[in-house]
Amino acid sequence: MLDFSVQSHNKLMIAGHQFSSRLFTGSGKFRNSGVMTQALHASGSELVTMSLKRVDLAQRSDDILRPLLANNMKLLPNTSGAKTANDAIFAAQLAREALSTNWIKLEIHPDPKYLMPDPIETLKAAEELVNDGFVVLPYIHADPVLAKRLEDVGCQAVMPLGAPIGSNKGLVSHDFLKIIIEQANVPVIIDAGIGAPSHAAYAMELGADAVLINTAMAVSPDPVAMARAFSMAVDSGRMAYLAGLATTNSHAIATSPLTAFLD
Amino acid sequence: MSDFSQQMASHDWHQVQASFSVISEEQVVTALQKSQQGKSLALDDFKALISPAAAPYLEHMANLSQRFTQQRFGHTTQLFVPLYLSNMCSNICTYCGFSADNKIRRTTLTMAQIEQEALAIKAMGLDHILLVTGESERKVGMSYFEQALGVLAKHFNHISMEVQPLDTEDYVRLAELGVESILVYQETYHREKYAKYHLKGNKSDFDYRLETPDRVGKAGINKLGIGCLLGLEDWRTDAFFVASQLQYLEQKYWQMRYSLSFPRLRPCEGGAPVNSPMSERELVQLICAYRLFNHEVELSLSTRESAVFRDNMLKLGITTMSAGSKTQPGGYANEDKQLEQFSIDDNRSVEQVAAMITDKGYQVVWKDWQTGLNQHLHWC
Repeated sequence: MLDFSVQSHNKLMIAGHQFSSRLFTGSGKFRNSGVMTQALHASGSELVTMSLKRVDLAQRSDDILRPLLANNMKLLPNTSGAKTANDAIFAAQLAREALSTNWIKLEIHPDPKYLMPDPIETLKAAEELVNDGFVVLPYIHADPVLAKRLEDVGCQAVMPLGAPIGSNKGLVSHDFLKIIIEQANVPVIIDAGIGAPSHAAYAMELGADAVLINTAMAVSPDPVAMARAFSMAVDSGRMAYLAGLATTNSHAIATSPLTAFLD
Repeated sequence: MSDFSQQMASHDWHQVQASFSVISEEQVVTALQKSQQGKSLALDDFKALISPAAAPYLEHMANLSQRFTQQRFGHTTQLFVPLYLSNMCSNICTYCGFSADNKIRRTTLTMAQIEQEALAIKAMGLDHILLVTGESERKVGMSYFEQALGVLAKHFNHISMEVQPLDTEDYVRLAELGVESILVYQETYHREKYAKYHLKGNKSDFDYRLETPDRVGKAGINKLGIGCLLGLEDWRTDAFFVASQLQYLEQKYWQMRYSLSFPRLRPCEGGAPVNSPMSERELVQLICAYRLFNHEVELSLSTRESAVFRDNMLKLGITTMSAGSKTQPGGYANEDKQLEQFSIDDNRSVEQVAAMITDKGYQVVWKDWQTGLNQHLHWC
């Protein structure tokens, strides 16, 4: 039997940092900071993304940054709101200076309606930020070629979407996610669109290295219980992936072997 | 003629207005089913949802509106405050307290007064402001705005402006000076009646105002707010044109964010009686219909409405609220109600409104922008 708890060799490493939990979380949309903090604890998450535009870097007294800092969460500032590579680079530099972290979730979405990431600007910004010493985790479409290009310029992970941000539609991009996972030499974190623990489990079963959840947790009537459910789903999906899923068949297998005549 | 003027010409005001009375319950149910199934609504569906036939379905609409809003915006409400810079105005508009023919004391804030106002607003904890003026090109034109923004950009991360329509290059300049958002309301889309409300001044040019959103889009402004003044003309017909313009703009200026406001006509100094009154129930219907029609648009509710109404609308689709508003220039540092544009209904302080939002299980968003984040993009 597979003992999941002792699989230290399966811990997730990104840029030399080891994560026990493969569930990453966001900090937006919660009803208050108390609920956010409890949900993040219940999730077991060790990496929390927060929007640079949303936090008060000068005062550090807002409802998002203060509890995250107080609870010693590892922060993953994101560049949401950026429409161009230059915007994102500006945001990343501001975040590094204010929060003392060189980790950045690179998000460039010029389309404010569906928040679709811009592949051209993302690649451009990623290259510059990597050269400037950042650990860059780019949010992208489920585009296998772009994922490889970002890996080539030095991104430490890629974050392809399952579905549009906040849509809770699940892994509508799963065929392309499979290709990304198959080809990647850096961790693949499925970001955006995961709306239910079953979606998260499925992402992990596919071989994703981690998932990032925000809306499905924050908007749930019980974010704390939902955070726990996601944590279990991620563990379960990872365990299933490691155990090796049995193959499925859409038709019965003949009881009399077709090649018996060769014996 | 702009593209939207052309599109608008394909809808005759009177025909649109007449069509509301023949919308059937079946059309309403079809629109609601589409919405429930997550399908995009067409303009005809929106029309059905604001028609009298949809009135019995208000509760259903409110439920969907709440669900879509929470999905997109979470349990949050953003607060902002208007900062009135001047009540000088060369327009004569029959419904407005700043109208040039009103015998009120006129004032325009000096840079020192603007600084005082900024500090008073900052002390209230706010980071998003909306600059408002009357239209007085010589005294409150671009050079005044440039000076004022020089003072204000140091204090606030997000600055919006609700001033007279400007040319594209002016909007480009405003964006360079840190303006993230422009609000411009058509007031009414009824071309003939528009002329009767806007008797004199630049504002009487219906087409220049109608084309303003296009100029804002070409200038690459980050966010645009549109709307109409509910109560001037048939609200359903005006709301239909707002939705139509929103749809047109989203397709054309796809990088811009949008917000809608739905001010109901309020009593003001020398103001004409409200021609086409709208009940609170109808306003709820309109707000929910806007949300079902567009899940991403910001919906903003001002202190024109009562505290009770605002408290209850918080969960039904609204994403943004003003709080602690003063509608007279200099009103934050000094109280002088004689100068106000219109009297407000919700007089609570920012602190009280924030406490109400928290009590309702929502988080107050004080800051949702970072100065300098958007390098300026424009296509003109």
